[in-house]
Amino acid sequence: MEPSFGRRDPDARGYFGAYGGRFVPETLVAPVEALERAYRAARDEPAFRAALARLLRDFVGRATPLYEARRLSASLGGARIFLKREDLAHTGAHKINNALGQALLAQRMGKRRIVAETGAGQHGVATATACALLGLSCEIYMGAEDMERQSLNVFRMQLLGATVRRVDAGARTLKDAINEAMRDWVTNVVDTYYLLGSVLGPHPYPLMVREFQSVIGQEARAQCLDQVGRLPDAVVACIGGGSNAMGIFDAFLGDESVRLVGVEAGGHGIERGQHAARFAGGSAGVLQGTRSYVLQDEAGNIELTHSISAGLDYAAVGPEHAWLHETGRAEYTWVDDTAALQAFQRLAREEGILPALESSHAIAHACRLAPGLPPDGVLLVNLSGRGDKDVLSVQKVLDAVEERR
Amino acid sequence: MSRLDGSFARIRAQGGPGLVTYVTAGDPDAATSVRILVAIARAGADVLEVGVPFSDPLADGPVIQRASERALASGMTLAGALDVVRAVRREVDTPIVLFTYANPVVRMDASVFARSARDAGVDGVLILDHPIEEAEPLRSLLVEAGVDPIFLVSPTTSDERIRRSAELGRGFLYVISRLGITGVSDQVASGAAGLVTRVRAGAAGLPIALGFGISRPEHVLEACATADAAVVGSALVSVIAAHGSAADVDARAAGFVRWLKGTA
Repeated sequence: MEPSFGRRDPDARGYFGAYGGRFVPETLVAPVEALERAYRAARDEPAFRAALARLLRDFVGRATPLYEARRLSASLGGARIFLKREDLAHTGAHKINNALGQALLAQRMGKRRIVAETGAGQHGVATATACALLGLSCEIYMGAEDMERQSLNVFRMQLLGATVRRVDAGARTLKDAINEAMRDWVTNVVDTYYLLGSVLGPHPYPLMVREFQSVIGQEARAQCLDQVGRLPDAVVACIGGGSNAMGIFDAFLGDESVRLVGVEAGGHGIERGQHAARFAGGSAGVLQGTRSYVLQDEAGNIELTHSISAGLDYAAVGPEHAWLHETGRAEYTWVDDTAALQAFQRLAREEGILPALESSHAIAHACRLAPGLPPDGVLLVNLSGRGDKDVLSVQKVLDAVEERR
Repeated sequence: MSRLDGSFARIRAQGGPGLVTYVTAGDPDAATSVRILVAIARAGADVLEVGVPFSDPLADGPVIQRASERALASGMTLAGALDVVRAVRREVDTPIVLFTYANPVVRMDASVFARSARDAGVDGVLILDHPIEEAEPLRSLLVEAGVDPIFLVSPTTSDERIRRSAELGRGFLYVISRLGITGVSDQVASGAAGLVTRVRAGAAGLPIALGFGISRPEHVLEACATADAAVVGSALVSVIAAHGSAADVDARAAGFVRWLKGTA
């Protein structure tokens, strides 16, 4: 299976309905235009697609399996739950699909230096991996708070030859890392490629990242038809910026019978500064190059966010999700820290799989949906990453819970 | 003739050098900002840029990032910055340009913003992350309200975009002297003079202010050898940062402006 290229472009200015666009400083306009031209040329070129397909197969290990979680389904009662096993992709998450695609593009554009941001560290690890593979120099911006809670990933990036740059601004998480990566890019734009990790930022990033991730949905849809003999009733995915969700939703957008459900991070609950559920507490705004749903105060300043999972701890959501929300094609809900942690533990005990804390939000929501569906119902959950990176922070939380008892 | 047109006409008549000064509104607080802005206007600043603090200033270097943080901590907002402008406008006739990121304007609503800016006495509006492709409908709303929309051009801007920016813009073109974010430099960027010459060819007579990395009187003179005016931001903000709590911070800022203008 290949990613789906060129079948569903935004308008000429990079808008999905009222969302998207290109809100960048003037210096970045020409580079972003050049990137769009290079991307369009690359995706039309059989050699580029073949090179990517080869890497996805031989380096990433695709296709990733579609796995029926029988014990979890049985214990919940109700629908059959199928997991799209992106956690089994090389480097342990879906992020590698996009990192390899863009790194190949950077190489094709003659850029030798890659910068990227990372939240949970999965995109940073994927980018560092792609750069090691292709011999590109790599610098990763990461918030100080995230470096602490994802210290294993910091070390992994360093082992892969990347330089990890600590960001102390703001809340010291993903948003602040993106600001710093963009400052680097605008300064070093001649030789540097900005490898953005989600369906965010100025056009063409939301399109390009979705297309590189669309391989997830292409595979999952075919696997579901093959293994179950029909389409799923619902597809569930967690949403930080929203790349794993767009990647799996894309193939099902035309299947009207399939519910598409995005799960945001409810953190400590939907109160200012305590969550990252943009569709629950946000409104239209412009952040980091794109117009979308944003958590902001009355003056238009971006609010602090909280989630147990670093990868979902972000104040804006990809513009295509804002559009799918507005059109009603996809529905969006949230799961709080506690429920995500319970799902993390449950999948470990009942299926022998440690999910990433990000993906645990999708699992948690599937656990809520399944009992309400008939036994022949089918829930497809994108298990976007593995949870080994989260073991230390889960241990910390569980120890604290134990102490309070 | 707008206040900005008048100011640049006077600079040209005097043979320069023109000086545009940037200060973040609310750094260290609203009342002090008003005093500072009035003082630097009286010290000879030709155009006042009033920065609206934003939580995510991705085009700014550390000096203006810190100023934004101080201003936000003091409670400054876009509406508050318009109040600062209103207070300054009562004291001086110097043109005032509001310098902001897009989101506070989006949040306020473009048409409400255009009217409020005019009512407060704003002469021009410059939005850092609003390239010409995203400028409508705000640009038209500002023009209707009699406020000049100002666009930035940079070393990566093509001749065609320079021409379109000059067509769409009013007041002046803000030329970014180098690749990168705001902040002081030891010298004016080496390509700046060539860039200004290139911009001049497409600017259709619109005045040109050169900014980014200009921090000393000799830089101002060098910039004004080709541009109509030089923009000084981070260097002035540093003076305010160092003396923000002192009673005479306005006098110190004014002294710095006179030094830049060569009239100290």
